[in-house]
Amino acid sequence: MIPAAFDYHRPGTLDEAVKLLSSHGDQAKVLSGGMSLLPMLKLRLASFAHLVDIGRIPGLDYIKEEGGFLKIGAMTRQAALERSELVRTRYPILADAVPLIADPLVRNRGTLGGNVANGDPGNDQPAIMLALGATFVARGPKGERSIPANQFYKGLYSTALAPNEILTEIRIPAPPPKSGGAYAKLKRKTGDFAVAAAAVQLTLNAKGAIERAAIGLTNAGLTPVEAGDAAKFLTGKMPDEKTIAEAAKMAAAKSSPSADRRGSVEYKKEMARVLTTRALRKAVQRAGGK
Amino acid sequence: MAKHKISVTINGAVREAEVESRLLLVHLIREVFRMTGTHVGCDTSHCGACTVVLDGNPVKSCTVLAVQADGAKITTVEGLEQGGKLHAVQEGFTEKHGLQCGFCTPGMLMTTSALLERNKNPSEQEIREAISGNLCRCTGYVNIVKAVQYAAEKMR
Repeated sequence: MIPAAFDYHRPGTLDEAVKLLSSHGDQAKVLSGGMSLLPMLKLRLASFAHLVDIGRIPGLDYIKEEGGFLKIGAMTRQAALERSELVRTRYPILADAVPLIADPLVRNRGTLGGNVANGDPGNDQPAIMLALGATFVARGPKGERSIPANQFYKGLYSTALAPNEILTEIRIPAPPPKSGGAYAKLKRKTGDFAVAAAAVQLTLNAKGAIERAAIGLTNAGLTPVEAGDAAKFLTGKMPDEKTIAEAAKMAAAKSSPSADRRGSVEYKKEMARVLTTRALRKAVQRAGGK
Repeated sequence: MAKHKISVTINGAVREAEVESRLLLVHLIREVFRMTGTHVGCDTSHCGACTVVLDGNPVKSCTVLAVQADGAKITTVEGLEQGGKLHAVQEGFTEKHGLQCGFCTPGMLMTTSALLERNKNPSEQEIREAISGNLCRCTGYVNIVKAVQYAAEKMR
């Protein structure tokens, strides 16, 4: 399959890239790793007159903790996250998820920026960013702005980014002590999207009760879903089995998947409940609770 | 639509081409350079038959634009044999019957040769994970795993 014809641009700087996007408007699309965009172009599900490849712009590929945040450059490949000691030791929710994304060959090209900016609710990292309370840094003609992950997703493949803005950095608050996170995903086979998946990040207080919790769901609607009611319910409670079960039920109630070859609506909602339960248990355990 | 002049180092040789933006890397390799060892399987980045090693990393060449590879070092299955001597993974696949129809084999060889560059002593689990993006519809992977273990031992 061959994509429809387009012009390819390879800017050397972010400013140049923003200028190109500004002059071509919605006829232009940012090309990062291309692992979602190129298949869509090949299947002719999308077409753009201009692709702006940000892959050679220096300074978009890094993973570092700085000023109380984990900062990840938008062009950071999934494979780099997978090999990162920092991610493995400090951000287990990401370490859970990355090896379950697509397959190793795709992860050698696919980027974190592309995964979160694409606006596909089937991607794993958007729900994780909701759970982590991440902020996305975007560069546009007027400079830089920050967009909280929970205000970023507007609809299917639709985000808060303007056509002439580029996601440059993902900023994740460094977890305080007694924090834990986990990602639980059900998929039929390597390379498939999730039937359902749940991302949980929480912090316990000195008594072992939940001080703060956030839950994100993958493939549970047109956008990644934040299960705010369940998170609120958990706050202040001891994370016992009964509380976890109730919170998982509340999270699943927020899920509105559609039926497809991965299963019926009922099945997917039930799986959202089961996976939220598992992610909650694991997150509590990692936070040093029972 | 402007054409782009690109230059790649493929199996050690510098090659230049003038390509359309939308030309895929696999088609650059097969149709422009006429090296047909790299196969097109599913053409949807699932099967891995088109795997080549791009700057040290195995990637699916049906889902990379030729222009994106400008300046890169590419190794295809034709580049594994050195001085008339098969690469250890090629020898392993031969010795351990790691193929039947052979369609997935070029991709398997590229993925596993790259794996052994990074990990000299992979466990069975690590081998299976490494080839999880390469589909084989004949052998059921048992002999492929054995072939990679054979190659790993040979290379140590």
